[in-house]
Amino acid sequence: MDNRQKEINNLKDYKYGFSTDIENIQAPKGLNEDVIKFISNIKKEPAWMLEFRLKAFERFKALKEPDWQKPKFPKIDYQDLYYYSAPKSMKDKPKSLDELDPKLLETYKKLGIPLQEQARLNGIAVDAVFDSVSVATTFKDELTKQGIIFCPISEAIQNHPELVKKYLGSVIPTSDHFFATLNSAVFTDGSFVYIPEGVRCPMELSTYFRINASNTGQFERTLIIADKGSYVSYLEGCTAPMRDENQLHAANVELIALDDAEIKYSTVQNWYPGDKDGKGGIYNFVTKRGLCKGKNSKISWTQVETGSAITWKYPSCILKGDNSVGEFYSIAITNNHQMADTGTKMIHLGKNTKSKIISKGISAGSSDMTYRGLVDISSKAKNSTNYTQCDSLLMGNKCGAHTVPYIKNKNSESNIAHEATTSKISEEQLHYCQQRGLNPEEAVGLIVNGFCKEVLQQLPMEFAVEAQKLVGISLEGSVG
Amino acid sequence: MKEQLQKDFDNSIKNLSLSQKDIEIKKFCLDNFIDKGFPNKKEEDWKFSDLNQIIKKNIGELSFYNDQASTNKVDTSLFVDGLEHNKIVFINGRIEKIDFEYEKKDQIEIIDQSETINEFKNSNSLSDLNNAFTNKCFKILVKKGYQLVKPLIIYHTTNSKIWSKNINLRLNFELDKNSSLRLIDLFNDTSEKNFLNIFYNFELKENAVLKNYKVDKFENKNIKYAFNNIDQDKNSISETFILSSGSNFSKNEINCNLKGVYASAFVNGVFSLNNDKHHEIRSIINHLTDNTKSYQLIKSVLDESSKAVYQGKIFVNSDAQKTDGYQLSKAILLNKESEFNAKPELEIYADDVKCSHGSASGSLNEDSIFYLMSRGLSYQQSRELLINGFLLDVIEKITDSEIKNLIKNMIGIKE
Repeated sequence: MDNRQKEINNLKDYKYGFSTDIENIQAPKGLNEDVIKFISNIKKEPAWMLEFRLKAFERFKALKEPDWQKPKFPKIDYQDLYYYSAPKSMKDKPKSLDELDPKLLETYKKLGIPLQEQARLNGIAVDAVFDSVSVATTFKDELTKQGIIFCPISEAIQNHPELVKKYLGSVIPTSDHFFATLNSAVFTDGSFVYIPEGVRCPMELSTYFRINASNTGQFERTLIIADKGSYVSYLEGCTAPMRDENQLHAANVELIALDDAEIKYSTVQNWYPGDKDGKGGIYNFVTKRGLCKGKNSKISWTQVETGSAITWKYPSCILKGDNSVGEFYSIAITNNHQMADTGTKMIHLGKNTKSKIISKGISAGSSDMTYRGLVDISSKAKNSTNYTQCDSLLMGNKCGAHTVPYIKNKNSESNIAHEATTSKISEEQLHYCQQRGLNPEEAVGLIVNGFCKEVLQQLPMEFAVEAQKLVGISLEGSVG
Repeated sequence: MKEQLQKDFDNSIKNLSLSQKDIEIKKFCLDNFIDKGFPNKKEEDWKFSDLNQIIKKNIGELSFYNDQASTNKVDTSLFVDGLEHNKIVFINGRIEKIDFEYEKKDQIEIIDQSETINEFKNSNSLSDLNNAFTNKCFKILVKKGYQLVKPLIIYHTTNSKIWSKNINLRLNFELDKNSSLRLIDLFNDTSEKNFLNIFYNFELKENAVLKNYKVDKFENKNIKYAFNNIDQDKNSISETFILSSGSNFSKNEINCNLKGVYASAFVNGVFSLNNDKHHEIRSIINHLTDNTKSYQLIKSVLDESSKAVYQGKIFVNSDAQKTDGYQLSKAILLNKESEFNAKPELEIYADDVKCSHGSASGSLNEDSIFYLMSRGLSYQQSRELLINGFLLDVIEKITDSEIKNLIKNMIGIKE
């Protein structure tokens, strides 16, 4: 067997499928006020935070699970989940990386993100979430020097209550839809970022998530605030170990950009997609929403979605400030029995607002992919423009690709343009590549990468390489 | 509304000689409708046009019983001049005249289906309403190989005798192998505040050609819903053109099933709206077998506080390889109060297909106006020229030159 073949065999099985034995502290199973109080208590939260959670829970009780989405899934028993699980050794928080449980560090090494090394070599500050509690935060010093706050949100609740209180729930209110409300009630941890006025964050901020304990929904909450004239680029990468049962992941991400600020949020999601017969895998039901609150602000979402049994999310932008800009670049790849229903919402409220949507969907095997998007230009959003392009690529005739755009234009001075195409890789293209010595799989990889290029270009360097590899791995075995 | 429905229903079946079983079917449909009511915006297909609210706001209480006993006088001045044609005339929902004077009598069969109930299957409650209250229903059968010499014009006329009424119409067409039919629906209303609920069913056999032109041009305060179901066999062609302009509210639905290979469907539409009008076109093209083709082009010009909605769906079955589907909608918003909503949808389960859609909306291009004005045209003239050109694009898609000229004259577009 030559080296290449070996490599392919290695990649065929889910690369990150292992789970580490670390003693967990878990909240009692089920969802009720006591569990919420337990979570709040164990995190030593102030009273207003508990109130926020209980209010959300009150609202949650009245809500019904939505059913309009394309991917259907067996009913989730919300009483049969653990809502909190934290590695026990975290009880007394380590002061530095050296104090971390060696086993934890080991896990990260397997994932390919050795904290110390990565931090030193890549110059990236990593805030790794291991199940539900942030384990370590690096590069704090350098960030602190600039006045940047980058810490677990539970810490921010303690140390910066004025900021959290002001912005938490301001973009995704507690009364939002089913999963967002659930998250507001039971969220455990996540990242908090605050970039002060006029500061350009010197490095890419990054978080790696992993879902570890079986039957635990991961409910993180991320809040990023870019103050006037600041800039930040945030990376999120995800992997989860193999489990048979489906695990629920319902995170909330809120971005707020004030005057002249810019936030760039990149995601590479590679959670366990289930096996070849569609057994197991993660339910990825995430609410991501950005608010361009100030004038000339900009929010840009880039996502590469290759994992999860079901991906169901619409990273959105509310363009409230005049001249604000929203962007959405997405690659979604589904294979085997994966399903995805993803897209974006661009809500134009301010004058001269601009938005751009580039979405590339690739479906193979028996998978199903839907782009669903909304462009809404309100009557006050004079002189706004939107450009949307969504292309789908189908491989095989057992998969599906769907496009469901909603376009609303209430302003005569605004322009909307929308384009969508669906096609397959043409025989000519394949033939051309193979003629030049590539084997069919390489040829498909090359063509797909070309198809996705517009989006891959938007990713920061470190991610782009990884994403490009992921695109190849995800489509492994779908040719021929 | 429930009591009214029940009372009017009892009145309308009293005059019909229906079997007990048929009455049961009609009753069942009525109960369905009572249960669901008029479609509202909670239903995905009615998201942009809440018919329940629109009827409440514009009409209020409706009555459903139509006295079919007395005849209405046919006003011949309404007939289209300068084009020889066959006629079917509806006045206030009552069929007054069926006249195929230009055709060979033995090649067209008109079958009265009033005594047999064939339910119209459609997902919304309006089909139930139609099933329950339609009491005259004809089927027009064009026999094998016969191509109608002259077009057929169906006059939908209402006059001021009716008020706050719901009118239900139903026609079935069957085009046998190698036959063809040109059909124009012409709406002419002098009534106000009525709700018209029209269902057509077309069955196209091998090589049949159907050209259906729907013209709703004359200003009126009625609310209209029209549903066309088209089933197409091998090699058949259907062409649907919709001019949506006159009514207060109008929704046209085209449901096209391409069942045979090489069948093709064309849907073209023009919205030309002003005042508070609210119009919608919804098309569903189901590509059910391989090598089928569909093409759709919708253009809108919206003035004052009018609103246009286009929901188009291309569905491609996993067997429908080599499908070619195309859809384009464009809108010009002339007034800041006007609104255009679109939902161009693709649902695709086969890989060897070519499907695309595009949608654009915006204002008149200032640069183009400047270009024309700098060549001596007034602002108004430049505007008109641009709008005409924009709409002409769709009119030119009409494949029948006689009818193309007729429609051009009707809406006063000059080349």
